[in-house]
Amino acid sequence: MSNEVSATERQHWLSYPKFLVRAFSVATDGPFSFYAWMTALTAVTLVGANAWANQVTQGMITTGMTDHVSWGLYIANFTFMVGVAAGGVMMVIPAYLYHDKKMHDVVILGELLAIAAIVMCLLFVTVDLGRPDRFWHLIPGIGKFNFPVSMLTWDVIVLNIYLLLNLHVCGYLLYMRFRGEEPNPRWYVPFVLLSIVWAISIHTVTAFLYSGLGGRPLWNSALLAPRFLASAFVSGPAFIIITMFAMHKFAGLALPAGPIRTLVKIIRVVILINLLMLVSEVFTEFYSGGAHTDSARYLFLGLHGYNQLVPWMWTAVGLNLAAAFLFLHRKAMDSAPLLITGCVFAFLGIWIEKGMGLIIPGFIPSTLHEIVEYSPSLIEWKVSAGIWAFGLMVLTVALKIALPILAGRTEEFLPASSKSAIVRNRVGE
Amino acid sequence: MTEKKGPPTGPVESNPANEPGPADPSRRTALKGIGATLGAAAFATAISPLRNLAESISAEELMQKHYKELDEDEKRAVLNRLEEEVKEQYGAEVEIRDHAPIPGTKFAYAINLSLCNGNGKCVEACHKENNHDRATNQSYIRVLEMPAGTMDMGKGNTTYDHSVPAKDKYYMPVQCQQCDEPPCTDVCPVQATWKDDDGIVVVDYNWCIGCRYCEAACPYHARRFNWKEPEIPAEEINPVQGYLSNRVRPQGVVEKCHFCLHKTREGKLPACLEACSTGARVFGNILDPDSEIRWVLENKRVFVLKEELGTKPSFFYFFDK
Repeated sequence: MSNEVSATERQHWLSYPKFLVRAFSVATDGPFSFYAWMTALTAVTLVGANAWANQVTQGMITTGMTDHVSWGLYIANFTFMVGVAAGGVMMVIPAYLYHDKKMHDVVILGELLAIAAIVMCLLFVTVDLGRPDRFWHLIPGIGKFNFPVSMLTWDVIVLNIYLLLNLHVCGYLLYMRFRGEEPNPRWYVPFVLLSIVWAISIHTVTAFLYSGLGGRPLWNSALLAPRFLASAFVSGPAFIIITMFAMHKFAGLALPAGPIRTLVKIIRVVILINLLMLVSEVFTEFYSGGAHTDSARYLFLGLHGYNQLVPWMWTAVGLNLAAAFLFLHRKAMDSAPLLITGCVFAFLGIWIEKGMGLIIPGFIPSTLHEIVEYSPSLIEWKVSAGIWAFGLMVLTVALKIALPILAGRTEEFLPASSKSAIVRNRVGE
Repeated sequence: MTEKKGPPTGPVESNPANEPGPADPSRRTALKGIGATLGAAAFATAISPLRNLAESISAEELMQKHYKELDEDEKRAVLNRLEEEVKEQYGAEVEIRDHAPIPGTKFAYAINLSLCNGNGKCVEACHKENNHDRATNQSYIRVLEMPAGTMDMGKGNTTYDHSVPAKDKYYMPVQCQQCDEPPCTDVCPVQATWKDDDGIVVVDYNWCIGCRYCEAACPYHARRFNWKEPEIPAEEINPVQGYLSNRVRPQGVVEKCHFCLHKTREGKLPACLEACSTGARVFGNILDPDSEIRWVLENKRVFVLKEELGTKPSFFYFFDK
């Protein structure tokens, strides 16, 4: 008995590194277009890394932020990406709760998106730190972790655990494929179910970062967390649909019609809920009036002649309305251009609404009612673009590994000859 | 500089030669290797500005423990090092001391808005006393010029530039309210800021990671971030300094009003009060029944800013007439 266990263990010791090497090889092999895409992303990432290095060295004076608007493009992108990460597992709910077998393979896609999105979240927070060299102060046990009082420590915990959960589920399923074994549900189904709860937790906790601040009336709303979730469950699935079409075009993935239909059904409902919540926030703000309305007034109408965000916000409203219309159109299910346009509109609309449209007006007017406007500096745009490019690289590599499985081409991932050779060796021992 | 610097952005490992790959594996492997090397070298170049910074941060500074975990010897070493750094960087001889709260003390501040005339002497005194950046004219105090007959800060103006007092205006200086329920210390993820026993909310500038969550949480715009290294000519540096108060702050950390604890914890008055020519400012220990601040709190109808937020400020305002 004990011999058997140790033999399996030894097998894992040998086959796991082998799996990593193969995965690495699959992820770095591709046609010319693949190398061109990765080279372009690397170039943008490098520009971002250089901009960040300059920001750290010269100080954050190089950003557009001030003591009045002390968070900007980075935290806006962070907030949005938490939503994309949470929305990624929206695929998981129909697959596992309703036993929709067709969704099972596509679920991995959502979880890989979640991994890339979380990596981006962590980077966006890191580049916002004035002292990244003191990052270790945040590590529980080594630093001085202000848990459970600071919501930011909650966010650090839930984001990292969410990353690990998704890495485990995706890694386990792919590794089992590599070994040619049927995945044991005991080793992934509980984690999948946990990741559903966890997806909701990451976005709830991120909303609590803001809604818990009594001094910022725009954020200090109980509706913030539900609104975050609603918008996440539009932006995540929208991105997944876009990704599926891209993989269909560039990587020969057969379009999974059933899962796409399910995702569109989800978006159809949630995009309306999101708009309803936006309307109810706007109503409460404007109908009750008073000084509490100033931030909302600045965002939608402009305040005392300051109106930098107004065109942005109305663009977001327009995009969200147009996306809702497109998704509700009866042709949305059948017309790819219509569907893709809807997804792009929804994704961009929410990026503005929940990014800059939420973070910046929280600071305008300031707590002493001064108005100082904010626009991101070139360095902030470069760093943000760099993180987006890096995130897309992570996603591309992850998809590259998963694609052979999604497309049913496992032999590409795992040359049959070498596999049987491994097994023969193991048995021979 | 080699490709070993920094984490690689591209693939670093190449296929083992015996691994069966697609067409012409050896050429492909070689190309991958070249790509990886170029990528890594480009990354090292991209982040090379960090090398300047790495030189200016000593290992002692990087590994320094939290203020509350330093023992007496370690504290002494830290203070010496900081004094050395100011000498090296700014060319100024300073003395940095560690000031503990005085037992039986709870500081409070009150401002008589009938007397304050908005001359801004407190703002200037704070700027000089606390070694603020000269270029940005930083200070912990903002004075709102308010139209008579309103308490609505939305009608106030902090950038007035005319002789004072103007007709039908009153002036309201705002600085850290040293709240008894400070939202700023709650949100700090690394406990770099806390409320001391004498009521002063302090920051360990060598522990702050610069996330600026406290700046978002403060309802009184009391916190400032060091967006760059402060610039102060050596002869203008105030050499009497405290670790938790007015020592020259590093780049990338948050700071705030500390009731001049390097003075007040030695029985002196805050610089803003000393500079005030109108007598509007009252400061003291509210646990002392004979103190002036105690008299004001007992005899004047004082109010606090944004009382509805439940922050319980130790900073009060009142009108005489």
